[in-house]
Order: sequence, then C-alpha cells, then structure tokens
Amino acid sequence: MPVISYIDAVTTAIREEMERDSRVFVLGEDVGKKGGVFKATNGLYEQFGEERVIDTPLAESAIAGVGIGAAMYGMRPIAEMQFADFIMPAVNQIISEAAKIRYRSNNDWDCPIVIRAPYGGGVHGALYHSQSVEAIFANQPGLKIVMPSTPYDVKGLLKAAIRDNDPVLFFEHKRAYRLIKGEVPNDDYVLPIGKADVKRQGEDITVITYGLCVHFALQAAEKLASDGISVHVLDLRTVYPLDKEAIIEAAAKTGKVLLITEDTKEGSIISEVSAIIAENCLFDLDAPIMRLAGPDVPAMPYAPTMEKYFMVNPDKVEKAMRELAEY
Amino acid sequence: MTIEQMKMPQLGESVTEGTISKWLVKPGDTVSKYEAIAEVITDKVNAEIPSSFTGVIKELKASEDETLAVGEVICLIEVEGCEPDKARENEPIQSVDKNIGTSQVAAADVTISKARYSPAVLKISQENDIDLEQVKGTGKEGRITRKDLLKLIESGNIPKADARKPASNQVLNPVPDLKKEQLNTMQAKAIQSAVGDIEIPVTGVRKAIAANMQKSKHEAPHAWMMVEVDATNLVRYRESIKQEFKQTEGYNLTYFAFFVKAVAQGLKEFPEINSMWAGDKIIQKKDINISIAVATDTALFVPVIKHADEKTIKGIAREIAELAQKVRTGKIKSDEMQDGTFTVNNTGSFGSIQSMGIINHPQAAILQVESIVKRPVIIDGMIAVRDMVNLCLSLDHRILDGLVCGRFLARVKEIIETTTPQNTTIY
Amino acid sequence: MVENRHKELGLSDEKVLEMYKVMLLSRRIDERMWLLNRSGKIPFVVSCQGQEAAQVGAAFALDRENDYILPYYRDVGVVLTFGMTAKELMLSGFAKAEDPNSGGRQMPGHFGQKKNRIVTGSSPVTTQVPHAVGIALAGKMEGKDFVTFTTFGEGSSNQGDFHEGANFAGVHKLPVIFMCENNKYAISVPIEKQLACENVSDRAIGYGMPGVTVDGNDPLAVYRAVKEAADRGRRGEGPTLVETVSYRLTPHSSDDDDMSYRTSDEVAQAKTKDAIITFGAYLKENGILNDDLEKQMNDDIMKTVNEATDYAENAPYAKAESLLEYVYEK
Repeated sequence: MPVISYIDAVTTAIREEMERDSRVFVLGEDVGKKGGVFKATNGLYEQFGEERVIDTPLAESAIAGVGIGAAMYGMRPIAEMQFADFIMPAVNQIISEAAKIRYRSNNDWDCPIVIRAPYGGGVHGALYHSQSVEAIFANQPGLKIVMPSTPYDVKGLLKAAIRDNDPVLFFEHKRAYRLIKGEVPNDDYVLPIGKADVKRQGEDITVITYGLCVHFALQAAEKLASDGISVHVLDLRTVYPLDKEAIIEAAAKTGKVLLITEDTKEGSIISEVSAIIAENCLFDLDAPIMRLAGPDVPAMPYAPTMEKYFMVNPDKVEKAMRELAEY
Repeated sequence: MTIEQMKMPQLGESVTEGTISKWLVKPGDTVSKYEAIAEVITDKVNAEIPSSFTGVIKELKASEDETLAVGEVICLIEVEGCEPDKARENEPIQSVDKNIGTSQVAAADVTISKARYSPAVLKISQENDIDLEQVKGTGKEGRITRKDLLKLIESGNIPKADARKPASNQVLNPVPDLKKEQLNTMQAKAIQSAVGDIEIPVTGVRKAIAANMQKSKHEAPHAWMMVEVDATNLVRYRESIKQEFKQTEGYNLTYFAFFVKAVAQGLKEFPEINSMWAGDKIIQKKDINISIAVATDTALFVPVIKHADEKTIKGIAREIAELAQKVRTGKIKSDEMQDGTFTVNNTGSFGSIQSMGIINHPQAAILQVESIVKRPVIIDGMIAVRDMVNLCLSLDHRILDGLVCGRFLARVKEIIETTTPQNTTIY
Repeated sequence: MVENRHKELGLSDEKVLEMYKVMLLSRRIDERMWLLNRSGKIPFVVSCQGQEAAQVGAAFALDRENDYILPYYRDVGVVLTFGMTAKELMLSGFAKAEDPNSGGRQMPGHFGQKKNRIVTGSSPVTTQVPHAVGIALAGKMEGKDFVTFTTFGEGSSNQGDFHEGANFAGVHKLPVIFMCENNKYAISVPIEKQLACENVSDRAIGYGMPGVTVDGNDPLAVYRAVKEAADRGRRGEGPTLVETVSYRLTPHSSDDDDMSYRTSDEVAQAKTKDAIITFGAYLKENGILNDDLEKQMNDDIMKTVNEATDYAENAPYAKAESLLEYVYEK
C-alpha cells in the first residue's frame, strides 16, 4: 500500500472526487495557479482548468457565500479558507446560512458544501495562523465538523464530506500536512462521518482526542506500555456532532479518562465530551475526568518559548497519562 | 346564535398589555369581520383593532383608558351560526404526542440497581459508618440518594454493618477505605451481650490488629506450605553452649535466634521472598528486616530486627531479648516496629506443632517456627529418635509461587539441619 | 389619452393588466396580514406596501420558468409573480404545516420554494447576495442561460456581503441582477444617514458593472431596466445593479411605530404616488381598465384573500415534535 503524506491525502481525495463527479469544484484564495499556499490543491488547476479550480477575490464571506449558493443549486463546492483563523468573516454565512438551509426550508433546500481550512499551532504561526476554531461552530446543529488525524482518515473522510448532502467543515492540522505520513489505499473508499475510531486498544486508561493530538497520545501510549500501563486511544475524527456511543464505551472501558485538545480549554470540544461522560458514566468512572488543553489566553504567541508553553506536546501528554494511571 | 369573545391582541413581540384609547363601537352596533372596533395603545405601536367576527356588539368589557393584559376579553360579539373561526383558536390540529417527553426520558435511562452507589453516597456512608445495604432508597428504582443518607444522619438512626457478612461493603465499594471499612464491620450490631457476659471495649491496639489482620486476609490470597526439619544437630549444639552463653552474655541463647538467622540467610539467597505487593508492581526490598511476633496477655506486637542478615546469632539473640522485654514493659516505640520485610513467628513457644499464619501486610510471607519435639524418624532404613520441628509458611500468592517458596524452605531446612559447631558460629 | 408606454417594451394589454392584478393582490394580502395581526391572530407582519410596482415590474421582466430569484423579506409581489399563491402566503403568516416556505418554522417574509426556484432566505440581511452569485456561477459552469435575481434594501447595500458578492460577480462576469429596493428608510434611519453617495446605483462602478436608478413607483420603468439587465446577463456581459426608488407606506413591521421618526404628512404625500393608484390610472387612461373591471378584479382578489385566510386559519400546525426533523439529511 502506498505511503503518502497527510496533505497528499487531501489533494488525492479532491482530485478523485473531481474526476468522479463534474459537479465538484474548488474555490478560494490562491487555490488555482499556485495550488494553494500549502499546496493542498497542487496540480488541480492544470488538470481541471480555471473554471473548476477558481481563484477568488480575497473575501472570505463571498468564498463561503458563493459556495453556498452553488451548493443550493446542486453543485459540490469545496471552499478553502486559507487559514482557519481567517474564517471569521464567513461565520455569518456558515452559521446563519449553511447550517440552517435544510432546516429553515423544511427540507426543501439543502447545502452540500465542504469548507476546508488548515488549523492548529506549533508552526511559529503566532496568534492568527495557529488557532483551533472548531468550538465556535460546534454548537450549530446542521453543521458537521471533521478533523482527521491520519492520511488514511483524511482521504476517506474528505471524500465522504464531498459526497455528504449537508455542509461539512473539514479542518486539517497544518503541522500534520508534511509531518504525518501513512498508508493510503489507491482505491476509492469513504469513511463514515460521525464515527469515532479506536486507534489503540488498552485497559488501564482511556485517552479521547482528535487531530494532531492523536499522534501525541499514541507516542506516549507506546512509552507507557513498556512500563506496563495499557492505554486506550479514541480518535473522535468528527468533533460535531459527536459519536456519543463511542465516547461512552471508551470511557466506561477503563473508568479513567484523559481528554486532550490543542484548543483553549474552556468551552472546547472536550468540554462537551466531558459532559457526555459525566451524564452517562457516573458509575463507571474510577477517577475524575482529566483534561489537557491549551491555556485560556486569546491565541498562541509567536515567541518559541510561549508557543511551547501553549502547545500540547507528547511530553505533556505522557505526564498527564502517568498521573491518571497512578490515580 | 353564539357569543364570541374579542381579546386584547399582542401588538408587538415583547408587548404584554394594551390600553384601549377609544371605542369605535357601542353595544347594539353591527360590525363586520375586520371592521375596526377600538383604538389601542401599546409600548411599541398604536393601532386599530379589527373585529374577528361579523355580528352584534353585546357588551364592552373595558372602559376607555383602561389597560388590559394581552389575552383578556375586551368585548363580546353575538354571532349568527357557527363561524369558520370556531375551529381555530391557534390550537395545533394534530395534537402533540404526549408520550414524546417521557419516552425520551426512558431512552436516557441507565439501569441503576440499588447496589450502584454514587460517589457522594459512598463518601457519606463511609464517613458515618452507614451500612448501605440496610438503607431504603427513595430514588428511581430504589437508588439511595444523598438526601436519603442526610435524613438518616439527622434522625440519628444510622444502620451499622452486620458482622455476619463482613465483606459485603468491600464488594460493593469501588473505592474502599479498607481500614475504616473493616473496623466498621467489627462493630457488630447484631451480636447482643447476655447477662453475665463481659463487654471488652476494642482499644486502639486491638483495633489496629484487627484491621491489619483483616486487610491482609482479605487482600492477599494466602497459600500455605510446611516442611519438616530435623533439628537434632541444632539441639545438641545449643545444649552444649547455652549454659556458658547465659553466664557470659546475661541472656538466653534461644532456638529462635538460630531460626531467625537461618531465615535471614535464606532471604539473602531468595530475594523474591523479601518483597512487597504495591498494587501495580512488586517491590523487592534490599534490606532484610525480620519482624518477630511478641505476644502480651492482650495483644500482639511485631518489633523488627533490622538488617538481620548482617547480624550474628548472638546479636539476634540479644535483640530478641531486648525487644521482647520492651514489649512486655510497654516501652516499645513505633519506629522499632516499622520497616519489617518478613515475619518469623515463634509459635513453638506455646507448644504448637502446626499453624497457619496471617501474613503481616504488606509483606510477601510469614514463617511459623513450631515446637521442637522428639519423634521416631526413619533414617537409612532404621528407626531413630530425632528432634523434629515443623516450619510453616503462609505466602501471598500474588507475589510468590510454590516453587520459589519450596526452594526457600529447603534452604532454611538445610541450614538448620547442618547447624554444628563446625558449620555455625554464634559470634 | 396618455402615451402608451408598454407596447414599446413588448408588453401586451393583457400582460400589463396581469401585472396590475398581481400588484393589487400583493397589496390586499398585505393589508389582510395587518388586520390579522391587530386582531391577535398572527404575531408578525413585514410589509410590501409601496414597493409592489418595483417587485412586480421586475419579476415580469424575468424568465419565470428558468431564472432563480433570491428575494428579500418584502417581496410579496416577486414571489406571487414566480408562482407562490395567496393561500401559501397566508399559511406562512399563520405558521402552518403546509407553508411551502418553511412549514411554519420561519417568520412570514422569509421566502423559499424550490419548485419555483425561489431560494430560501434568512433574517440577517444581504446574505442572499453571495448566494445569487454562487447560483449564477453554477449556471455558467453548467452552460445554462438563466440569470439570478436578488433584492435587498438600501440599508443592506452597506453590508459586506453586498460588496463581496457584487465584486465576485463583476470579476467573473456572472449573470446576476442586483436590485436595490430603495424605500428611503432602514427601519428608522433615513437614506442620507445610510449612504454618502447620492444613489445606491453609484456603487456599481466599483464592481465593473452598470448601475441604474429608476422610479420604483413605475412598474414599466422597472420592467425595462430589469429586462435590459437580464438580457445583458444572458449575453454573458455580466451583472447589473438596478436601484428602484419608492417609499415604504407602512411602518417597518407590525412591531414598529413609524410616527416616532417621520410625519404623517410625509407618508400622506408619498401615498399620492402610490403605484396602485397611479398605475391603475395609467391603465384606465389607456382604456385597458374601467370601473366595472376594476370592481370585478377587486372582488375576485378579496374572494381569493378571504379563502386563503380561512384555509390557512383552519389548517393544522406541524406536529410539535417535528421540530426535530431536517437538521441533517435523513
């Protein structure tokens, strides 16, 4: 099976879907001739032409809004926000429009758009190129939010998002783009949106996380295994709506749960995961729910010292895991 | 003919009342549907209210400048026949399925049996020595609630645990505070004293003994084995020197000192035995500190001979004498009873020839040295009279298996059986 | 006899009479909504009164079989022209299950009906403008020759979505008609506090498209402007901004008291230019309409409005628990 990078999995999924379905097209800033600032749409302009790989004016609300219009008509737009941090001007279009189109029209209209955006820190991107923005959208029924961790998941989930008949926000960790490589089959496969995935089976503690932090958890779990501590790792993959069954099952399995996000702590995705566990697992818990997250400051600073302090990393994850295991 | 009511409409999203500034009709007037009947002022708008019916004004229910709440009747209109409006009244025609609310709740149900106690209930029950098995819960499916316990405590009628089923609390308790739990079970409510019985209060030492014994017996899976040792050589040797020793040193050279020394030597060679259970790991101790059981009339103490492997038989004999003296005179200090890694119990001193010790928690094993008795033994096909002694070992099967214990006992046996002036020095 | 202006636009006598009838129906439905609100039967009304001529004139200039419309909340005249019925509007007013716009989920004025290509809208203003651009883009990609038509108020022409959408359409030469129904007030704030330029149409040049301002009380003038814009769009010449100037004859909504920011004289003055009167007079002067026909027409419309009201009032609400449906595709 070929081993490809996380970002190549993004490009591959888009290319295959554009080849499969003429309604699929890409729009965003610098996505065309340049192939995207991260090269996520590399080669698509050459293959499909400027009509299907559209360099738009620099205006995020229009990128989202025009995409939404095309989606309502019946196209399958993939809109790119250059950085998740720059999605803010499009929030009205995403929340007031995309999320509510099916609902407000009583199922008369729908909005099958995918909005992709690179998120996350640890790349010296400072406040406005490092943020995790998923929590802003994660209380908007009508939206789906996918945040894959591996190239295999990227391809299967992005294809599923493009074929989904509801709006999907697809957040890709920019540090994972070239850091994470993995086996990805050449064949056409989709993975179910809304389903979490057990990335490692374990008995002593459960870690629930998503995105790049999944890899931190797996690395730390490997270390703990040599000390006889067995770690169960659940990758949420879809952070909204959450796979409640999988969360309850994973939490109940060991009774000791560590939740990890790279986002700031209060009101984050893992706050909701924590609430689900609290609601359903009172009699299965063997320790208080533990959360590892970024500090509650507006965003990640530029200086490497401060960035390191902010970011979750394998050492912090390992330390938290050991603390929980010993509880 | 029917009488219809006209009500104060809600004029504006947040408006709750309206004032009739002017009536445009009077009783007896004929009005048609949508014809204005009154002018109304609200916080948000000023408006004319149209009639919802065609008919004759029967009665005005409010005077001009009177303020009425939204929904209050402002006038009555006599209507001919049944207006199509009769059916409306803004009620949903397809009525709401009343079951929806309850069925959602039912779906969210988790099966809570009485035996599933919340952390709050467990904590209160432990703090107040409440036997939860005897509490009647008022929660869903009989669950005991926090409030149930608070009420019990307030009433002063706290049900204590039944001694006949001492383990019940631990079985149900996901976070056992063992010491406390087990002491609770000693406070047997069900056993009543009869006339002439003596009630002996459980003192601190007795409590501690009880707790330690129960903790060990409950927690550590005990296994037991015994070897028979020919101590004839040891007896001869000791007999030959004990008089002189007593005169020189001022205290007895006991058999027990030889056994303690032999055990220390065995532990040195089999360090697996000199270890402790620590939940997720086993800790093998470097130091060999032998706990020895010393009884008083009412209690049992286990002072410790530290670094027994580094001491001579004489040194051990001396420490035994000193520690025993301190125990009997009540001068033993707590640090002299700490850090034991293995216990040797001199059960032979009161004539026992076989016993099953309870391991001194958290050690891995305990050795009982029984009475040395003369018995006929077959050696090389001939019957001989020998000084025989049984060594009984209780072991924590989580830590130790039969094989290593067997080897350890064989080694101790070998040391005792070869105790001679040539092999063994006292000093 | 005044000049016949509709012939040169290619409009027959029957066509202009039909236009007038839709204008009148819009007005009568709107008036009924107010009565229902004031008698406590429906919670909310937002009005088309004063803008029927612009709405109907524009909608008649479009291809009612193929074009897509993205109306704003006052566009009763637009949606009636595109196939929505009086009964359906009343069902929306009463928030009943059969309301095709939303099944009783949205306030009245939030139009949407896929079979008639009326694209669903929301309350935050101007969000529909980029959608109109997106649908035009999709049509272009698929080689279709429809145009998209979207409306909004002059206040909304300050929103980012207007500018972002107009610019996108200009850059990509997309067949979009942006029509600003300038009724002089954004709730209470008058036009001079909304715009620094004289006309909304002045903004068109910034986006590389023609901008025209026409009399919103003259359905024929609006018809001409929108027809030209549609033709341009279909020829691949890109978008057009049309501004129709009229006056909002009612308060902003049933919750608004307009006398707190304007005078009754000003409203009375505007009513003399009410297209229901002036266009009726034009038709009479051209011998297309007479008193008998007018009465007949009024009676027919009132019958339609009464039937629609009765039907909607007696129609069932959606089941309460149906609110859980259609968050996502089933």
